[in-house]
Amino acid sequence: MPSSAAVAYGLDGAETCVRMISPHGVFEPNAAAEEFLPYLDRLTEADHRRFYRDMVVVRRFDTEAANLQRQGQLALWVPSHGQEAAQVGSAYATRPQDHVFPSYREHVVGMIRGLDVVDILRMLRGVTLGGWVPEAHGNFHLYTLVLASQTLHSTGYAMGMQLDGSTATGNPETDQAVIVYYGDGASSQGDANEALVFAASYQTPQVFFLQNNQWAISVPVARQSRTPLYLRASGFGMPGTQIDGNDVLASFAVTAKSMDDARAGHGPSLIEALTYRVGAHTTADDPTKYRDPDELAYWVARDPIVRFRSYLQGRGIEQEFLDAVDEEAADFAADTRRRALEITGPEQSVIFDNVYAEPHPLVAEQKAWLDRYEASFDEGEN
Amino acid sequence: MTVATDTSVTSAALPMTKALNAGLRRAMLDDPLVLLMGEDIGPLGGVFRVTEGLIAEFGDKRVLDTPLAESGIIGTAIGLAMRGFRPVCEIQFDGFVFPGFDQITSQLARMRNRHEGGLVMPVVIRIPYGGHIGSIEHHQESPEAYFAHTPGLRVVSPSNPHDAYWMMQEAIKSDDPVIFFEPKSRYWPKGEVRFGESGTPLHASRVVRAGTDVTVVGHGAMVSVLLQAADLAASEGISLEVIDLRSISPIDYGPILGSVQKTGRLVVTQEAPGFVSVGSEIAATVAERSFYTLEAPVLRVSGFDTPFPPAAVETHFLPSPDRVLEAVDRVLAY
Ligand SMILES: Cc1ncc(C[n+]2csc(CCOP(=O)(O)OP(=O)(O)O)c2C)c(N)n1
Ligand SMILES: [Mg+2]
Repeated sequence: MPSSAAVAYGLDGAETCVRMISPHGVFEPNAAAEEFLPYLDRLTEADHRRFYRDMVVVRRFDTEAANLQRQGQLALWVPSHGQEAAQVGSAYATRPQDHVFPSYREHVVGMIRGLDVVDILRMLRGVTLGGWVPEAHGNFHLYTLVLASQTLHSTGYAMGMQLDGSTATGNPETDQAVIVYYGDGASSQGDANEALVFAASYQTPQVFFLQNNQWAISVPVARQSRTPLYLRASGFGMPGTQIDGNDVLASFAVTAKSMDDARAGHGPSLIEALTYRVGAHTTADDPTKYRDPDELAYWVARDPIVRFRSYLQGRGIEQEFLDAVDEEAADFAADTRRRALEITGPEQSVIFDNVYAEPHPLVAEQKAWLDRYEASFDEGEN
Repeated sequence: MTVATDTSVTSAALPMTKALNAGLRRAMLDDPLVLLMGEDIGPLGGVFRVTEGLIAEFGDKRVLDTPLAESGIIGTAIGLAMRGFRPVCEIQFDGFVFPGFDQITSQLARMRNRHEGGLVMPVVIRIPYGGHIGSIEHHQESPEAYFAHTPGLRVVSPSNPHDAYWMMQEAIKSDDPVIFFEPKSRYWPKGEVRFGESGTPLHASRVVRAGTDVTVVGHGAMVSVLLQAADLAASEGISLEVIDLRSISPIDYGPILGSVQKTGRLVVTQEAPGFVSVGSEIAATVAERSFYTLEAPVLRVSGFDTPFPPAAVETHFLPSPDRVLEAVDRVLAY
């Protein structure tokens, strides 16, 4: 049932799915978009340009990282091609004081929050297990590879915001909230469901941002759910909204409202962003074995970047800007490649570092033993 | 009812449940970031009443009756610890920790390492464990080896109320995750708790009865079985040195090796199945480090390598003083 995803969700026809920009790039908000329109007033011309720029830059970066993997410079790459609008729009709806719990495909969300993407490459090169300091990088937490684990961490973190009084004080400039990213496959995990239970129970200040990219490796979303995923929210007792995830303005506006509500103490909500994983699951995957080419073509024709460019062109954006963005993206990719090739380390001592915060005799003994053992070879050479 | 932590009271005879309660209360008074989380730990005070009275004293922002989901409890505790809190989670019974096992082993245990030391994970997970209470399936397990096998966790088990009071406070102060195994069958016997002195560090093992012929080691409820065995042995003229392990990860080998230097004979005991167990680990390490002082092979006395049986036959499954003495006889006869 390879093409069931697009058919099941009927992205083009669904009245319930919030959309601002048509697939042809025309500003045509549907009925479901009405209540979110005021949030678009927050966007300046510069914001529109930034959205476009970030989507183009991350697409180019994504290609470069996949190339690096093919050339043996990375152990694995996790492409985000196709999901740029869902990610960029939602990321710009966060405020500096918010916390972001990603899954593993949200590279541009990290970029927007202030993470150096080379930190992501370090991890995929096998040099770190993550290692960046969230608080020093826009509160963008580490990638989590056990599906849906991070949903519970984000809910606990949001409970902490409530307990330490950092949210729902009435000041939108300082009130905090959490956004957590996860996928359609991850939505079947117990942890994702337990997180929704805890979030609803404690009315945490958080948004569950579910990117339904139609596939969990080779398994279509129809195997995960017989009902649109956003409808699950109501069963947990929170609002759920489905959005056209390839429409960056819909993603921004709906996330902005949901995060505002969360910061103001109105509790958690879920957003299901309908989008598509245009690339392979990872560089280790071969989607031609399980995907219908017609389905791919359907979604490629709804590309989020092409759509937003048409929209901007309709608003009279100058070609020089679009060209400059392409140039910037190429420069960014080249710079990333150069810096990726300069990644060094780590020292073997990382094996033992930070396993425990406090001294641990077994780890200390084994570290000392490995040092002695390896030093014994150096002595042999002399 | 909570135990008064009146500074004029220097000691009291308490059951372990009340000693743990006093330890939790002391930790909550000392540090406002300490939170309790779990199922039925609020107005009920937990099914064993260990948290009795604490919600009345500290309120429902410090004592959280959570939804009924162990992965949810541990996973949200991790998020709270990232936020700076020090959560103490109660797992209702030993056999119900497994829905939270993934969050404990894949997340809690590795979070600091993954962050390259950028954060601490001061989460305590309290697990009432072990047999001798005649209960139904999943209520008498001893799953400590799973956690001791996991790098990044610390694992401890008090055998008496005094240790329970102090070890609970030290576990909460630790910046590492601590799995705190509470021996259910020792919950109710009273013991002297000395409020003024901690005595022994969290991860120290301790000689609880000096002897000369055979060293016997155990933790949690096994310690009282070993003391009974030592009494019986003494009546036959055999002197057992009893060591309370207290900490299962890391293991403090100093007192064990010191004792084996003296006795040359070691029996390690546990309620858990013996295959790939804490006892196996101690036997291997003592053989590695103290081979020439051993007069006999190290023997293990364990639960059998079977599921915990129906309670009607648990006394045949659990190591008894006589089963310990059977092994003692064998190391002496070697
Ligand atoms: C608990 C767990 N099971 C299996 C995997 C292996 N795995 C990695 S990604 C993936 C599919 C995830 O699909 P989805 O949640 O839709 O996210 P997407 O990859 O589409 O972004 C699987 C099965 C895993 N990482 N964690
Ligand atoms: Mg998916």
